[in-house]
Amino acid sequence: MCPAIPLPPDPAEAAATAMARHRHDPHELLQVLREVQEACGWIAPEAIDCIQARLALPRAKILGVATFYGFLHVKPCGRYRILFSDNITDRMLGSARLLDRMCRSLWAERGKVSEDGLVSVDTTSCTGLCDQGPAILVNGLAIPRLTEARVDAICDLVRASVPLADWPADYFAVDDNIHRRDLLLGATWRPGAALEAALARGRDGLVGEMKASRLRGRGGAGFPAGLKWEACRDAPGRTRYIVCNADEGEPGNFKDRVLLSTAPDAVVEGMTIGAFATGARRGFLYLRGEYRFLLDRLEAVLARRRAAGLLGESILGREGFDFDVAVHVGAGAYVCGEESALIESLEGKRGTPRNRPPFPVTQGYLGEPTVVNNVETFASSCLVALEGGARYAAVGTAESSGTKLLCVSGDCARPGIYEYPFGVEVRQVLEDCGARRTQAVQVSGPSGACIPAAEFGRRIGFEDLPTAGALMVFDESRDMFEVARNFVHFFAHESCGFCTPCRVGTSLLKNMMDKLANGHGSPYDFAEIERMNGLLQSMSHCGLGHSACNPVLTTIARFRPAYARRLAHGEFEPAFDLDRALSAARQMTGRDDPAAHVLPEPETAE
Amino acid sequence: MSAAATFTLDGRPIPFAEGQTILQAAVAAGAYIPHLCFHPDFKPHGSCKVCTVTVGGRHAASCTTRATPGAVVESDTPALNAERRALVQMLFVEGNHFCPSCEKSGDCKLQATAYDLGVTTPHFDHFYPDRPVDASHPDVLLDFNRCILCSLCVRASRDVDGKNVFALAGRGIRTRLIANSRTGRLADTDFSHADKAAHVCPVGVILHKRRGFDTPIGRRVFDLKPISARADSTAEIAAVEADGG
Repeated sequence: MCPAIPLPPDPAEAAATAMARHRHDPHELLQVLREVQEACGWIAPEAIDCIQARLALPRAKILGVATFYGFLHVKPCGRYRILFSDNITDRMLGSARLLDRMCRSLWAERGKVSEDGLVSVDTTSCTGLCDQGPAILVNGLAIPRLTEARVDAICDLVRASVPLADWPADYFAVDDNIHRRDLLLGATWRPGAALEAALARGRDGLVGEMKASRLRGRGGAGFPAGLKWEACRDAPGRTRYIVCNADEGEPGNFKDRVLLSTAPDAVVEGMTIGAFATGARRGFLYLRGEYRFLLDRLEAVLARRRAAGLLGESILGREGFDFDVAVHVGAGAYVCGEESALIESLEGKRGTPRNRPPFPVTQGYLGEPTVVNNVETFASSCLVALEGGARYAAVGTAESSGTKLLCVSGDCARPGIYEYPFGVEVRQVLEDCGARRTQAVQVSGPSGACIPAAEFGRRIGFEDLPTAGALMVFDESRDMFEVARNFVHFFAHESCGFCTPCRVGTSLLKNMMDKLANGHGSPYDFAEIERMNGLLQSMSHCGLGHSACNPVLTTIARFRPAYARRLAHGEFEPAFDLDRALSAARQMTGRDDPAAHVLPEPETAE
Repeated sequence: MSAAATFTLDGRPIPFAEGQTILQAAVAAGAYIPHLCFHPDFKPHGSCKVCTVTVGGRHAASCTTRATPGAVVESDTPALNAERRALVQMLFVEGNHFCPSCEKSGDCKLQATAYDLGVTTPHFDHFYPDRPVDASHPDVLLDFNRCILCSLCVRASRDVDGKNVFALAGRGIRTRLIANSRTGRLADTDFSHADKAAHVCPVGVILHKRRGFDTPIGRRVFDLKPISARADSTAEIAAVEADGG
């Protein structure tokens, strides 16, 4: 043991501190668990004892919540917990090789805690640093731009048990990488100006401007924000809530991170304008756990705004206009980006999507009317308040007004954020970011569409290519089957497990894709994959299951040769592979000589 | 006062009361839609998806979809039954189900639904999860191998017994049923074999000790009549269990 790293605090004490900070509110269970995890490195039984007694929650419920989220651990998992972002863009930048290097250097086995309890190394879903990958999280904090040298240096720091606070600060520097600014990122206005403009328009006037702006939700689904605000305002309820969805889990997306980093005032001001329009008094900003590094800065922004009279009681001196925002930090669950799952998570539960209707706008947080909007939607609403709906609607296209932040990553010279008016052609974006010999573009992330070069004339917008923002670029050297397989693994990992088709189907689909990758594919498997796709689409409970097959469907339709190459056999073959099954025995005996392998009979040509 | 509102289920008019879901109304009318996680005594949950029907051509879980006047609901179609078959097969490969040695054989809704839908093989590759049994409780055995995660026991314990003995833990394919004690053992919870939760398991997870094969195989609920021919199979199983069957 090295004395340099301080002993973790007593679990019961850590739990007591976290509960006190959250006023012993059982709805804050996830926040309490997350803070215990952060303080102690895991959630020990003694911490759960304490939470169970003080919050009067059943132990099984606490465990049910703790085991749902990827970043919470109810077993010790190393004083250093290192997670490699496993998005396809990280892989294209060599993350798998770097992970191997780290495991070898630390004598660690992927997914297991080292025997001395020092470190665990594993993968996690996309961390939203695709423009500066490969990225890792160390004890929840992001480190971008990994190289071999950086991996070696990190291994040295871990071996020497240097506390994370003493690691070189530049390791943790995350860039905004904004390459094109338009309406939103180009705007310069003083914090409070949009709110003053909103107040001057009056509640009804503001909602009218929002409707006139035709501003649609920027999370991908595109519901008109003005209608949502109006419905929430008019829904019966004792109180109302404003929720900002910053659980940006869709692989390839990172615009919310950049907005919260470069324009946090606009985001919070948009939420405050929403509160003015709907009469909400409390707001939540649901920050994905991967963006934990933004938390302190966001808290500082909120404190500054309270001091300036832009949050809190009697905002801007207006009697009765009371509104405040709390940041709620997620803990590694993509499904919580779905608005009803996000609300469940806010209420301290497992992130299971609700049955709808009722929709959150009438029965959301704690059953009260709730507006859930994306980070970019709230920020854009400031422009509507400032300039009016008509001026906003004049930008973009008929069905997609305004601008869109695109998150460009993958094979291009200048990955980062590009803000365009809606209607921009994919070809234009590729030109601007310096993409060459492009084979395909994945629009909006795995749930979106994969389009080939012949379709680069298509336009970003709800009429043609709706998107949450991600635009992952693949050049001619990339294997589109492997891209789809990576996305299928992602969905299987992130399925919440509530409904049968998604819980079992995404894992079956993953195994089928792996079977093809392992050279056991035949036309039979291809037909099975197509059947599973249909089943997921028609029977799943929520959008995660519905879209889990999108990466496969769109690549099968447009990049069929990438699949045909995998159909090595004419007749059905089992997925079971005797040689691979023996790999555990080889590892245990330390052997890898030819006699330790069972090689398949060479297949005769048909 | 007009006549009671109705929708059609495979062409048959089904009356319904305001607020009822399609499956609730169908069960009340004695019509069969395959289902596993639904139980008329509990708020519909919508997780197994076996009750999925088409309403006006669109897929929807009938247990959670409100009945509306004049809706055209299709259930017993080759396409829907093929999809249900696949769901039931998924449940079989997800757990470890060995019907011949299971005390619940013949009274099991998963088995009965599978037979009724014409499931003859598991079709998919098995996952073979490691799910140790919990025999700690003096009166009840928990065999998690057969759990289909319908959460009926979770709901019964929470909503009827007021105990919260069970909960779901984990995520995705690793979702599992757990018991509410520090050790995780059922014996260390306040569970009782008289609880409602002890009598709602549609499969063979929650088994009463010392009652093995009281009813011989061949004379059990679904040995006598297929599940689709029973108006309310759930009530019948409950009746059998209450008898100590």
